Amino acid sequence: MILAIEGLTVALPPGADRQYALRDVSWHLAANEILCVVGESGSGKSVTATTIMGLMAAGVRVESGRVLLEGTDLARLPAEELRRLRGPRIAMVFQEPMTALNPLMTVGDQLAEMWRTHTDLPANEIAVRARAALVEVALPDPDGALRAYPHELSGGQRQRVMIAMALALEPALLICDEPTTALDVTTQAQILALIRDLQRRRGTAVLFITHDFGVVAEIADRVAVMQHGVVVEQGSAAQVLGAPAHDYTRRLLAAVPKLTAPPPRAVSPEPVLEIIDLAKTYRPAGLFRRRRETRALDGVSLTLRRGATLGVVGESGSGKSTLARCAVGLLPFDAGAIRIDGRPLPRARRAAAQLVQMVFQDPYASLNPRRRVGDQVAQGPVAAGASRAAARAQAAELFELVGLDPAALTRFPHEFSGGQRQRIGIARALAMKPAVLVADEPVSALDVSVQAQVLELLRGLQARLGLSILFITHDLRVAAQLCDEVAVMQNGLVVEHGLTAQVFEHPIHPYTRSLLAAVPGRSVIS
Amino acid sequence: MKRYLRNPAAVLGALLVLTVLGMGLAAPLLFPADPLGLAGRPLQWPGANPRFPLGTDPSGRDIMAQLFHGARVSLLIGFVATLVATGIGIAIGALAGFYGGWVDTALMRVTEAFQTLPNFLLLLVLVAVFGSQMNTVTIAIGLVSWPPVARLTRAEFLTLRTREFVQAARIQGLSDLHLMLREVLPNALPPVIVYASVVMAVAILLESALAFLQLSDPNVPSWGNLIGLGRSVLRVEWYVSAIPGVAILLTILGVSLVGQGLNDALNPRLGQ
Repeated sequence: MILAIEGLTVALPPGADRQYALRDVSWHLAANEILCVVGESGSGKSVTATTIMGLMAAGVRVESGRVLLEGTDLARLPAEELRRLRGPRIAMVFQEPMTALNPLMTVGDQLAEMWRTHTDLPANEIAVRARAALVEVALPDPDGALRAYPHELSGGQRQRVMIAMALALEPALLICDEPTTALDVTTQAQILALIRDLQRRRGTAVLFITHDFGVVAEIADRVAVMQHGVVVEQGSAAQVLGAPAHDYTRRLLAAVPKLTAPPPRAVSPEPVLEIIDLAKTYRPAGLFRRRRETRALDGVSLTLRRGATLGVVGESGSGKSTLARCAVGLLPFDAGAIRIDGRPLPRARRAAAQLVQMVFQDPYASLNPRRRVGDQVAQGPVAAGASRAAARAQAAELFELVGLDPAALTRFPHEFSGGQRQRIGIARALAMKPAVLVADEPVSALDVSVQAQVLELLRGLQARLGLSILFITHDLRVAAQLCDEVAVMQNGLVVEHGLTAQVFEHPIHPYTRSLLAAVPGRSVIS
Repeated sequence: MKRYLRNPAAVLGALLVLTVLGMGLAAPLLFPADPLGLAGRPLQWPGANPRFPLGTDPSGRDIMAQLFHGARVSLLIGFVATLVATGIGIAIGALAGFYGGWVDTALMRVTEAFQTLPNFLLLLVLVAVFGSQMNTVTIAIGLVSWPPVARLTRAEFLTLRTREFVQAARIQGLSDLHLMLREVLPNALPPVIVYASVVMAVAILLESALAFLQLSDPNVPSWGNLIGLGRSVLRVEWYVSAIPGVAILLTILGVSLVGQGLNDALNPRLGQ
């Protein structure tokens, strides 16, 4: 047994939203095994990792229980001894490789630090090992990477460097805290394969923390499902995913969107939003133009039909968010045209507001923290000329429509959960009665069960109000659930476009195929 | 508010400021006579004459009365000058930060022009040109103190204007004025309010420095004037300068502690 957690209870500081981050958590992890701890935000899965590493936030403390790493209780270990274990015996890979790497040190220096700190090896031996470590994580051009700074590598390459650092001293236990969440789906598949491969070769015990059941299906030997700081179910991956015993596990699994599209709906052929040959190039500003200009949109033509949902899918850098921002008039474009109801999108903000509205990705950043939510919903119609009372009444109706209590209009954003805030964002967009709703990754920041609710809300609203939605997403599962048509974007170009079922079942373009193949957990959750 | 009261230094600062405010308010009640009028024999040491607990200055005026009336003047100058400085600073910083581009370039070059001049020298020039009445002195202090406020406001606006809630309001069809005043400004204000306490402390000091050079309004009983009067007798009757000096020290200490307390209270991330 590499790691055994026995009756671990971790207390949060007084004044937190609950008393315990973890309550009586017990599980074990053997060598050459991957245990996935899965749960939604607030389930305590990350606290588990930080408790093992002894990196808890201030005020968080172990109240009872033991954390046994090869027989040593880490929870009782003095800080200095624990520090000596971190690196050689336990290592960790974090979610965001850009912030986990020091931007001012070359990759080679950061990697070499592992041996410099923990061993007496001579410098030339360290250099050899650092290079070998990068070769092992399959970085193209390892010599170049040694000299590179973190910002010169891509996200996937940075995560490979993080893994190389973590495995440098051959630890017995590797903790991965959502290591692929910040990555694109094709990169995610590669990183997952790499972790699996290295773990097999070295017999490392891996604790893998994730919120994504697709990832669990790809990588786990055993699974522990957490809710509110309690492990509600654990067992082998096949058992938990195939025949979940606990109600919560079943609900979570049911909330994961299926990759198969529902049968196509009949939608009117009449176009409402036409994007014609749109081009947009980002030119670097400033005196020293060292960066190259990027063609974010390279002649994109799309048509959204009335009452339908057009999904735009693609990885980061494909230009899909630029398209969304051009479509609502937030970004000027270089060439092409955007027409709504047959007329070009007006430049005047007030006129454009009646035609197109947007729902944003981050429910925490898209509401003004210092203003009441009711005011934020009503201010648009007021600016458009509605009376204050009428706008208020309309906001109350909209709150009801999106499933919120109209009495909550006078509250501030921090009093709402992420899913509720996203509902407020939708109400705010609908208040302008737009012809087109642009949704830029509206469910990407939400937990899977909340995600399912918001998707259901959007579907319901579309049926009731006949909304036309331009839906931007990186998540093919989400696109499959909501969109009548999808357009696949890569490097500023639409590479494939068609009915959802057709694109998902008979993809033509190789990029679409690789995207679909990279969706985690296809075989298990479908 | 609760967070503020949990900080003992901030509470001490608030008490100091309230004491000075109380002195200013009580001055006409406790010392109804003109504080600049002749009260007794000049240069009596504190405690030597029970009528003048803090003694008299070289012109035979009651130091205690001047101290109380001076509290009014110092606070008033500090407050009004801060208002002028933050008003100008916020307006310029908001426009520069919100619009960016050439508006930003132009306004920031003006700000830098002000910043490259030592502000006390600029203040001397302004007072020399416009005279040293109390109100011109106050406005002049405000006029030399706004550049840091503008820079701070601009920095806040630059980061806030690209936030999603501002973009959402933009898409809702709201005017630039609404975006600036209702969406961005409330979120940009906390650090500016904290900095305003620094401006206030500096304004009180600047007025004292002017008065010490006898360039401030001689017809008001300010603490700086009193220090200036004591200058000629500094070696023997040092108390004439020392008493208002301590008053200025404590007031500025109080204002600074209030600012620090506000900073901690308005910045929840530092709380833990």
